[in-house]
Order: sequence, then structure tokens, then C-alpha cells
Amino acid sequence: MQRLIKNGEVVNDSWHLLDKDATLDGLPNSDSIIVPLALWLEHSHALKARDGGLGVWLDSDEEVESIADDLSQFQVVALNFPVFSDGRNYSNARLLRDRYQYQGEVRAIGDVLRDQLFFMQRCGFDAFDLRADRNADEALESLKDFSNTYQAATDQPLPLFRRRA
Amino acid sequence: MYIYDEYDQQIVEDRVKQFRDQTRRFLAGELSESEFLPLRLQNGLYVQRYAPMLRVAIPYGLISARQVRKLALIARQYDKGYVHFSTRQNVQFNWPALEDVPDILAHLAEVQMHAIQTSGNCIRNTTTDQFAGVAADELVDPRPWCEIIRQWSTFHPEFAFLPRKFKIAVNGAVADRAAIGVHDIGLNVVRNEAGEIGFRVLVGGGLGRTPIVGSQICEFLPWQHLLTYLDAILRVYNRYGRRDNKYKARIKILVKALTPEVFAEKVAAEWAHTKDGPATLTQQELDRVAGHFSAPAYQPFSGDDADYLAKREAEKGFNNWAMRNVHAHKVPGYAAVTLSLKPTAVAPGDADDKQLEAIADLADQFSFGELRVTHQQNLVLADVRQSDLYALWQACRKHGFATPNIGLLTDIICCPGGDFCALANAKSIPIAEAIQRTFDDLDYLHDIGDLDLNISGCMNACGHHHVGHIGVLGVDKKGQEFYQVSIGGNSGRDASIGQILGPSFSAEDMPSVMTKVIDVYIENRTPEEQFLDTFKRIGMAPFKERVYAAAN
Ligand code: HEM
Ligand code: SF4
Repeated sequence: MQRLIKNGEVVNDSWHLLDKDATLDGLPNSDSIIVPLALWLEHSHALKARDGGLGVWLDSDEEVESIADDLSQFQVVALNFPVFSDGRNYSNARLLRDRYQYQGEVRAIGDVLRDQLFFMQRCGFDAFDLRADRNADEALESLKDFSNTYQAATDQPLPLFRRRA
Repeated sequence: MYIYDEYDQQIVEDRVKQFRDQTRRFLAGELSESEFLPLRLQNGLYVQRYAPMLRVAIPYGLISARQVRKLALIARQYDKGYVHFSTRQNVQFNWPALEDVPDILAHLAEVQMHAIQTSGNCIRNTTTDQFAGVAADELVDPRPWCEIIRQWSTFHPEFAFLPRKFKIAVNGAVADRAAIGVHDIGLNVVRNEAGEIGFRVLVGGGLGRTPIVGSQICEFLPWQHLLTYLDAILRVYNRYGRRDNKYKARIKILVKALTPEVFAEKVAAEWAHTKDGPATLTQQELDRVAGHFSAPAYQPFSGDDADYLAKREAEKGFNNWAMRNVHAHKVPGYAAVTLSLKPTAVAPGDADDKQLEAIADLADQFSFGELRVTHQQNLVLADVRQSDLYALWQACRKHGFATPNIGLLTDIICCPGGDFCALANAKSIPIAEAIQRTFDDLDYLHDIGDLDLNISGCMNACGHHHVGHIGVLGVDKKGQEFYQVSIGGNSGRDASIGQILGPSFSAEDMPSVMTKVIDVYIENRTPEEQFLDTFKRIGMAPFKERVYAAAN
């Protein structure tokens, strides 16, 4: 089972991430699955009728606006980093949290590396599915890379200038 | 000058620790070359032609004598004894060893310096007018705003992986010495009729492959909203800027594709959600930051110093220097002085460790221990008593900073080019030198008057060639180095991009091409016209005719 960093700990992950071209065929009824956006948009009725947990994942060129009205359906929204240098999903995560008040899990998937975790957590990610060849226990350290930050973000809506003693 | 408190200091120290571990993991093989790349770039570390290059931030060009001494120490201990001041008001070391960089960063942190965001696809060091706070034509001091932007942009978590580099410049004077028209965001600090401070906001300027002058998207943004508005611009760019082609990834391409009007609407729509939120600036914060930039303890003088004026009369060399390197100051009896880093045969912007020590001493002795780096790659002592100018001039002569050429043809902006830069198509430093040698008659240079000559070794335009009154661009033709000349560029108010003169020239031709271009100007100018004025009036044709006629 894949190990996941979740809320600052390494845990076992029971969610099943479906490929981008997944279809409804043969979907197990009771597994917890994270479906690609296209599948959700096309088959939301069928997906809602399942018993298992439901999450959705967006690629970096897909907009969170497209699921804004459906967010209550998902326990997990996963945002994909096709390459670590593609920063679009930092903005998407912030929109999920700050604008749409999404309370479920926001998970980083794809090319997720240790040195991005600090910024990701500031943007509202609370779960990190590191690239498979990476050590999650070591990566935990990076969540504490900085002891303070200047600007307002999801994890700390007050900028430092409103907090300076 | 802004002085770190415990929070600022902690953040740079955390950074040193973080980068030390990242370097360790890279050297241990735990991080691949491609994974380490963005990490080292976010720390100003390039891999260049001969060695890594470390770019150190000088936020909005302000630096203290103590910091300059630290640069001298680093140059001596970790480099070949010199540094390079760049057109982004930063400083670069050309020869550090990768293994030493964490130690260099630790040295820098001791004097409140760092290399954060000096490269990579993030918000870069904000730049401004080198005469900020002292210029006679200043309306609003831009420095507090630059510092507020520095803090907001430092490790901004949402914008650490933008489609491309991102540069912000701020100007608060009548003249634009910060080139705000050719930055991703240009901010003009202004006062409205009620005397309130706000910003005229330009976006989408930039040089490089597609040079564009920025467009205004907001006429007056009240200062309280600066950071939320910047967040909105950056968010629109981060989400919708192209990422498929790095040459089309700059915000200028997005603004052009959408049109400035539509881009402005998108920003306004985004901003509507965050406006008046907790990131809205407070008077208390503005006062705190502005307090760091209050005027030094000027002595009261009335009018100009008589002895200074008399010495100018008496000594031609001093007068030449005073004409070009001494600038009007808003306080009577004071002047701002540019130390020229452009003597002939020195790479523009280079200084060695001994010179750095001397510069630090001059700052302590003559200018309250502070200096500024200009985007023309010179240094400025901003607060010199007129009565000290003569002594300062003599000291500058001794150390090689007294070349009286500021703003003249030989005050060339020049990128490192093929001598150092891995991306270059052609050398640029030897071209600058050849032109400096050709125009070695000071009287003639002064007669030619204000003229920006800018040279880049490739189309990335680090030498700002597009906005030089005369621009030179190194091009590669079948493995040989050639130079394309443009005329009519301007980085100041009403910024414009130069027009290409015609087919390119070999390196040997460059001095004579330059001579011909200047000749056409001299023959056609009216008494009050500067080069750019004459060009605007007579157009390209006479220049073209002269330069290419002789070549046939
Ligand atoms: C030696 C290593 C250097 C490398 C590898 C380098 C690389 C680049 C690249 C790739 C660009 C193009 C950016 C774009 O169009 O998006 C660029 C632009 C630029 N660089 Fe450099 N550069 C170097 C040194 C310098 C130096 C020494 C200076 C200052 C003298 C400088 C200042 C600039 C400026 C002002 C631009 C124009 C940015 C714009 O389009 O707005 N660079 N550089
Ligand atoms: S303009 Fe080209 S050659 Fe010059 S420093 Fe920039 S990238 Fe290098």
C-alpha cells in the first residue's frame, strides 16, 4: 500500500487513484476511488450512487471552477503535478480552500517532491502522495523548513505585518 | 535602510539551513541534477560556462558599507577576487564552488543578505530608481513600497513555480530611472488630487525575444490594496500564462493574447474576492517600514556651497566629473554621486575586493554608510555634502571610480556575453571596450551628450539592448559572431523599443559603425537636441544610408 503524508504524519493510503482515461466499466462498488475530472463530469450520477468513498483529481490545466458546485460530493480533491515545476495547482488549492471553503482532503499527486511540501501546505494541501521513489519519512522534515512566513496564505490568513509583536 | 528584525533574520537563517541540506542531498546523489536545478536557481545559483555563478540579491539596489565589505570578503575567499554588478541591481560571483555556496550564504546572512529569488521562475528582486529618497524630481519615495513588496514576494508559496521569471519595478519620480515600462509589472507611485498615495499599474512589459512596453491596467490603485492587487495579477498569470513554450511563457505574451483590457478585467474579477481581506496594508505597517527610510541627519545648508562652485570653475577635470557624475539632491547643500564602474578596459560593472573595501570606506566617510547599485551597473553615494565633493573626487580618482562618463556613450550597459555566459551568441565585453577606446576624447564625449549604449550577447537582452538609444545585439551566423544594431530605444518615461538599423556587422566593424551613427547625429542635431530627439525627428534613413553606404 502506498504511503501518504497526511496531516503531518506518514500513513497508509487506502484510496485508489484511477487513470486519466478510466471508464465506469468494472468499477468496484465499495472501494474508495479518486476519479479523473472527465469521468466525474460525464458520469456524476453513477458515481454518486456507489457505496465507496469518492474523490476527484484535476490535472494542472483543469480549473477548480468546474467542480465548484460539486465539492460536497468529494472526500478528496487531488491536484496533479505533471512536473514539479508546473505551479498552477498551487493556485487551484488556494481557491478550493479560500474561495470555496472546501473542508475535505486536498492531496498533491504526481511529481511531488520533498522541497515543495512547505509551499504546498501553505496553499492548503494537507496530503502529499510523494513520487514513488521518495522517502516519505525523510520528507516530513521539510514541512518545517521555515519557522515563519511573510505573506497571507491558506495556512495563515494573517500576513506577518498583522502578527509582528 | 531597512534593518531586519528577528523575524526577517530567522527567515534568512532558515533558508541557509534549508539550502545546506539541499546541497548535501544533491552531492550525496539523493537529488538528481534536474531536481536540484530549480532549488539552486531559487537560490541564485546558475551553472555557467566555467563555473557556477551565484547571484546575490541587493533588494532595490540599497546596500550598506558593512554589506559591501562582506562581498569583498566573499570575493577574496570564495571567488577570484571580484564581483559583477548587474542591470538588475544585484551582484554576481562568477567562480564560487558549489560546495562552498552554503557557507557563502551563511556569511551573507550575517549581514542581512541572501540570494533568495535571484533567479528561477519566481518573483525576482524588485528594482527601483537609484536616487530614490534623494532625487530632486521625486514625488513619492518608492523605497518603503519596494520593501513591502520584497517581504510579500519572499517565498510567496503560491508563486514559487510561475511559468517564467517575474520582475517588478517601482518608480516615484518625474523621470523614470527604474525602466518600469519594460518590467512584468511596473508601478508608478503617485498622489491623487486629494494627496493620497496610490499606484499606476503597468503590466506585460519585458525585453528578451519579444520586447514589449507594458500596458496600464489600473490608473490609480489606493496603496492599501497593493498586495491584494499584486496577488490577483500573479494568480491570473500563474493559472493562465502559457507553459508549453518557455519563450511564450512571460506575462507579456498573456497580456498581449488577451488584450490589456481583458487581462485587467480578469485581474479585477480575481481581486474582488480578496480586496479588503487581511492582506490589505495597514497604516501601522506602512509607518513601520517607512520609518526605516527616514532622512539621515542632514546638516542645514542654504543654497549651493560656494567653495564647491569655485573649485568647479578652477579645475576642468573636477568640473567634468561634477557635470556628469554629480546629481541634484532634494536637500540644499547635498548631492548624489555616481561612482563610475566603466573605465575603459574593465568589464562594465566589475569591481575587485580592494575596490569594494574602498567603496565601503567612501560610503562611511561621505554618505552615511550607504550605497545604491544602478541598473546601468554603477554605484551611487546618495547623500554627499557639496563641500565634500572635491575630496570625494580625489578619492574616486585614486581608486578608479572617477571616470566622468555617467550617461555618456562610454557608460555602456553590457552583459557578460560570451566571455562568461553559456547562452551567449557573441562576446559583448570586448565590443564595449573597443567602442570605449574609439571614443576616448572626453570633450567630444561630453559634446555628444546623453546617450545610452546597451549591449547584449544574445536575445535574452540582459544588457537591455532593446531600450538603448543605441542597442547592440550579438548574433550567431553560421558559428561566427556578428552584431545587430538598433536605434531609438528608451527605457525612461514613454519607453520605446529600438528599431533595427539593418544587416549585422562583424566585431571589427563595430567602432566605425558607432562613429558613423554618431556623425549623423552631430551633423543633424539642433543645439538643444539629444541623440534620441534627433533620431525621432530625422528617422532611421540617414543613419542607414551612412552606415551601409561606406560598407559597399
Ligand atoms: C551570466 C548568466 C546569465 C544568464 C544565464 C542569464 C539568462 C537570462 C535569460 C535566459 C534571459 C531571458 C529571459 C526571458 O526573456 O524570459 C535573461 C534576461 C535578462 N537578464 Fe540575464 N542572464 C545572465 C546574466 C545576466 C546579467 C549579468 C544581467 C545584468 C547585467 C542580467 C539581466 C537580465 C535582464 C535585465 C534581462 C531581461 C529581462 C526581461 O526580459 O525583462 N542577466 N537572462
Ligand atoms: S544577454 Fe545572453 S549572453 Fe548576455 S548575459 Fe544574458 S543570456 Fe548571457
